[in-house]
Amino acid sequence: MTRIDSRPLAGIALAGSLLVAACGGGAAPSPATQPPGSMAHLEATLLGAGATFPDPVYQEWIGAFRTAEPGVRITYEPIGSGGGVQQFIEQTTDFGGSDAFMKDDEITAALDARACDAVLHIPTVFGAVAVAYNLAGVDGLVLDSDTLAKIFLGTITKWNDAAIQALNAGLSLPDEDIIVAHRSDGSGTTSIFTTYLDHESSDWSSQVGKGKEVSWPSGVGGQGNDGVAAAISQNDGGLGYVELSYAIENGLPVARLVNDDGNAIEPTLESTAAAADGISIPDDLRFNILDVGGDGYPIAGATWILASTCGYDTAKADALKAFIRWGLEQGDSIAEELLYAPIGDVLQQKALANVDRINEQG
Amino acid sequence: MTSRTTTLNPGGIASSGRGRLGDRAFRWAVAAGGITVLLILALMIGSTTLDALPVFSSQGIVDFLTGITWDPGVSRTEITGTYQAGVFMFGTLVTSLLAITLALPLSIAIALFLSDVAGPRVARPLAYLVELLAAIPSVVYGLWGLHFFAPTVLKPVAKFLSETLGFIPIFEGPVVAFNPFYAGVVLAIMILPIITAIVHEIFRAAPAAERQAAYALGATRWEVMWQVVVPRSRPGIVGATMLGLGRALGETIAIALLIGGGTTINISLFQQGESIAAKIVNTFQESAPEAIDALIALGVTLFAITIVINMAARLIVRRLGDLSGEAIS
Repeated sequence: MTRIDSRPLAGIALAGSLLVAACGGGAAPSPATQPPGSMAHLEATLLGAGATFPDPVYQEWIGAFRTAEPGVRITYEPIGSGGGVQQFIEQTTDFGGSDAFMKDDEITAALDARACDAVLHIPTVFGAVAVAYNLAGVDGLVLDSDTLAKIFLGTITKWNDAAIQALNAGLSLPDEDIIVAHRSDGSGTTSIFTTYLDHESSDWSSQVGKGKEVSWPSGVGGQGNDGVAAAISQNDGGLGYVELSYAIENGLPVARLVNDDGNAIEPTLESTAAAADGISIPDDLRFNILDVGGDGYPIAGATWILASTCGYDTAKADALKAFIRWGLEQGDSIAEELLYAPIGDVLQQKALANVDRINEQG
Repeated sequence: MTSRTTTLNPGGIASSGRGRLGDRAFRWAVAAGGITVLLILALMIGSTTLDALPVFSSQGIVDFLTGITWDPGVSRTEITGTYQAGVFMFGTLVTSLLAITLALPLSIAIALFLSDVAGPRVARPLAYLVELLAAIPSVVYGLWGLHFFAPTVLKPVAKFLSETLGFIPIFEGPVVAFNPFYAGVVLAIMILPIITAIVHEIFRAAPAAERQAAYALGATRWEVMWQVVVPRSRPGIVGATMLGLGRALGETIAIALLIGGGTTINISLFQQGESIAAKIVNTFQESAPEAIDALIALGVTLFAITIVINMAARLIVRRLGDLSGEAIS
């Protein structure tokens, strides 16, 4: 059946595309499908690999960009940020993806391999880390960085601890153990979470530190967001951290966190996008989101596409620039639909400036 | 047509030159197979040990094996972190031992039921079902354990054990969300089909004459099983156990989902632990080059543990073989 049906359809599609090609010069292209500044159709194959966190967004962007530029084939493999950076350094990929910006020695290695001037960090979307919990009859929990650090250090062990109660005057908290859950796998989510605690709490930074995996002083490890969520939902009194998008998708109750201005902020896409509003961003766009105030949710981080200023042939460079530009300028609605926060106008301009520098050395 | 004449004249194959050539080619082919195994093994041991060497030498073998601190660094060129395997070795041994302790008696019982109790109409489909268990991928066992078996079946058992036998250190509470007990029980289910299938074959191989002789002497079915079938199968049971243990030591995903990602040694089965294979699979993706070398060092350690256990098993089998030989003669 399918074979018989597909023939006339394929014919129509072919006729349609011929028609489009024939009228291409005269008809005004719709802005949604035509990348700006690229009238000529691009032809290139691009390979990217890295962070798993933005993978859903990148796959949708690639699919949507394909309809605009059918000549460009892009593959993104979600192998993890560590592998993404490594393969980018070794030039086995055209672009990398990473939830953590590259360290100085990684940049040196990448530049040595290419004889380039600069590695370009291009932030694409923001993610946030939500603190999810499971406590019967308790809704709208508020926490601050100090209590959160103490809970994960194991110095606050009961839900009705004075420090938690002080932040939640209206709630009656039970005399129950807090069952703390964290990630057991290496993860950008852990990195964002521990970077926040490390910055906010001196006890945390002296006892634990920050990174994609740390020596947890307390709590049980679950594999992935799914494992942590299972540990929370299966145990009354559970508390742990998961990606915001995961928490929203699965309807987990999440805590509001007190930011630097003393506002208790619920983690949402808007409050995540607002997190980067007040922070100062260095020229190389390698930044952490810390000391968040205003309406911003305090535990957030960016994810980056990695590219360099040389080493591409022109076709590849044009295609890569067009793709990232498309994602930054027209990919916001896709990102929001998938529960990722867009990076906002100010940062977007800086990101686009870095996109323009791709392959500037030829 | 020619082939037909050849098959009608089997003596002709042996005497023809072509037959000798075929012999030689076959010999080389199988020898090449054997050599390939050795080559792959040598390559693997060589390259992993080479990668792991900087880690072993910077940490010191003894510290690496006995220490309990794992604090990975982020360097690309040198070893800056602290890498000690104690916590993970402990977790691997605990889950594997728990799995064997649970799976072995059950496997022997199932195998005896299949070979000596159930009739063929029950035994055949049941044996098939047991083998089917071996075909389920381990990630499915892990997810099933994570979302169903652990919270609904094992959690109440663990709570009960910790409340009644909590004074014994290995059963001490509290019961955390994921722990070596959950991992070990699911692991036991996973190795059950392997051990059962082998032990069943061994029981079936026990000569009917011996069974009938025992019956003729007035032995009950129970006595035949425990005094004739099981004792003469002991070396085979040990072998099957070692095969199951090998699988248990190396099992990765199911353990990673259920063991709880602990960072210290907990004597209690109900508190979070971590195994060697789970640590590797959990962290290699996001590790810096130096930490990847350390994970490879963990892999080499697991390999060494497996070799030691296998050699111990061979010794035991040989001993048992000698013993049963003496008993018979």
